[in-house]
Amino acid sequence: MKLITAVVKPFKLDDVKTALETFGVTGMTVSEASGYGRQRGHTEVYRGAEYEVDLVPKVRIEVLVDDDDVDDVVDVIVKSAQTGKIGDGKVWSVPVENVVRVRTGERGTSAL
Amino acid sequence: MKLDSGNTAWMLAATALVLLMTPGLAFFYGGMVRSKNVLAMLMQNFVCMGIVSVLWVIDLFSLAFGPDKLHGFIGDPATHVGLKTGTDLFVSGVPTAVIATFQITFAIITAALITGATADRLRFGPFVLFVSVWSIIVYAPIAHWVWGGGWLAQFGSIKDATTGAITKLGVEDFAGGTVVHINAGIAGLALTLVLGKRIGWPKERMRPHNVPYVMLGAGLLWFGWLGFNAGSELAADSTAGIALVNSVVATAAAMLTWLIVEKIRDGHSTSLGAASGLVAGLVAITPASGYVTPMGAIWIGAAAGVVCALAVAIKFKFGFDDSLDVVAVHLIGGILGALSIGFFGQDAVNGLGRDGLFYGGGLGQLGRQFVGVGAVLAYSFVLTFIIAKLIDLAWGLRVSRDVELEGLDINLHAESAYDTGGSSSHATSTSTETAVSGEKVNA
Repeated sequence: MKLITAVVKPFKLDDVKTALETFGVTGMTVSEASGYGRQRGHTEVYRGAEYEVDLVPKVRIEVLVDDDDVDDVVDVIVKSAQTGKIGDGKVWSVPVENVVRVRTGERGTSAL
Repeated sequence: MKLDSGNTAWMLAATALVLLMTPGLAFFYGGMVRSKNVLAMLMQNFVCMGIVSVLWVIDLFSLAFGPDKLHGFIGDPATHVGLKTGTDLFVSGVPTAVIATFQITFAIITAALITGATADRLRFGPFVLFVSVWSIIVYAPIAHWVWGGGWLAQFGSIKDATTGAITKLGVEDFAGGTVVHINAGIAGLALTLVLGKRIGWPKERMRPHNVPYVMLGAGLLWFGWLGFNAGSELAADSTAGIALVNSVVATAAAMLTWLIVEKIRDGHSTSLGAASGLVAGLVAITPASGYVTPMGAIWIGAAAGVVCALAVAIKFKFGFDDSLDVVAVHLIGGILGALSIGFFGQDAVNGLGRDGLFYGGGLGQLGRQFVGVGAVLAYSFVLTFIIAKLIDLAWGLRVSRDVELEGLDINLHAESAYDTGGSSSHATSTSTETAVSGEKVNA
């Protein structure tokens, strides 16, 4: 099993969610996040004073998948989140030792 | 004098309008501070409504509006102690109780205005003491000088040597350019000088946490300000109407010119700029609102939008941390407005004002306005500085470093404004005494 984490632009969340549902992913966790990559932040102006805002709002999407599906799901996220402009975000995956469904106690892939 | 129900009805309504300005100001300021300090900001404004109202009824109204004592310095404190019955008529057939309450709302907001200069670092208890002492020693005398028939109201009056007839002149301040705005602005400067800069200022930028609050507050201020200016006629008549239209157009013009300055200087017209510009316009037209024509008001407002927008740079140049620009908006805007009467004032507007420089009145009124501005600046600055310094030495006006960094809300008030993410909480005790953790109380 793998945990795929995607940090994408907030307004692409619906596109990614729909694409993942269409692919057959049954669940995900979404949280608001902030950060920056190579695009850095942006400048805001309050009463003439400039403020460098380093951390840009993003959403973090986390999906647990079977090993076989990792590449496909990553592709789905990349395709649906892409605008081609700087600041589109990142997607990565890491191995997961075990997963337990709290309601039933099922373990491993059957808990996905 | 007979009771005038029309005038009384308007003053009842105007009082409610002006009272709402202080909650409006609280949100105007509260949106500009960081989220960890928003409740402390709101509380500093609301507590002014508490302390000043009580003091005003006990005796401040007498000090401000009683008959002259000490050569026009202060009103006779024995005149209206506790307002007595309050049913007697004060002016224009309006009961004393109504006029006194109308004036409460001015005393409240003047004290509340100061808090913008000292955001994010003022202790609550010492601030309450400061407001109490300041209202007695600074606000009441200045209100008497200008509105209570004191020495500024009589300044420059000429007594004919042969007939003994008095040509009444004096400093003109229709609704509070000197008493409210210059007074609060310079007091804010004095208080911020006693307190010092916030940790990290000006290197660390302290971004407004909720600009929509600022806009909401500015809207409430404008709404209430119609009562502030048009109510200052103390009657429902054509001069109140002039003050009303002036309070709309000057404000509108100032908002527009502030936005133009921003567009040219910074590249964008901002929401905070719109809110700030409209308040600057209201400040500037306040003293002049009953003395100038609507076209004069447009010029005054337009000038205020430009001057105040540029005046924001003063604090960076001189290095004092006037956190929310009370100096740029209220002090500079108030001076501009008070002096503008010397240029744009027209006797024809209400029959009591004097023609200004632009209308053939010469330099006389402008000179008297300078005296009024100078007297309020000097008195308020010196006395505020002394009061603040004494309280600071005796009790400490500023929060500790840890409290300032962690935030005033949880440390001074044991509350937080926003429950972000629905974090869990549970009762630790049913007694209010022990519900607050001991170490946080020492702010």
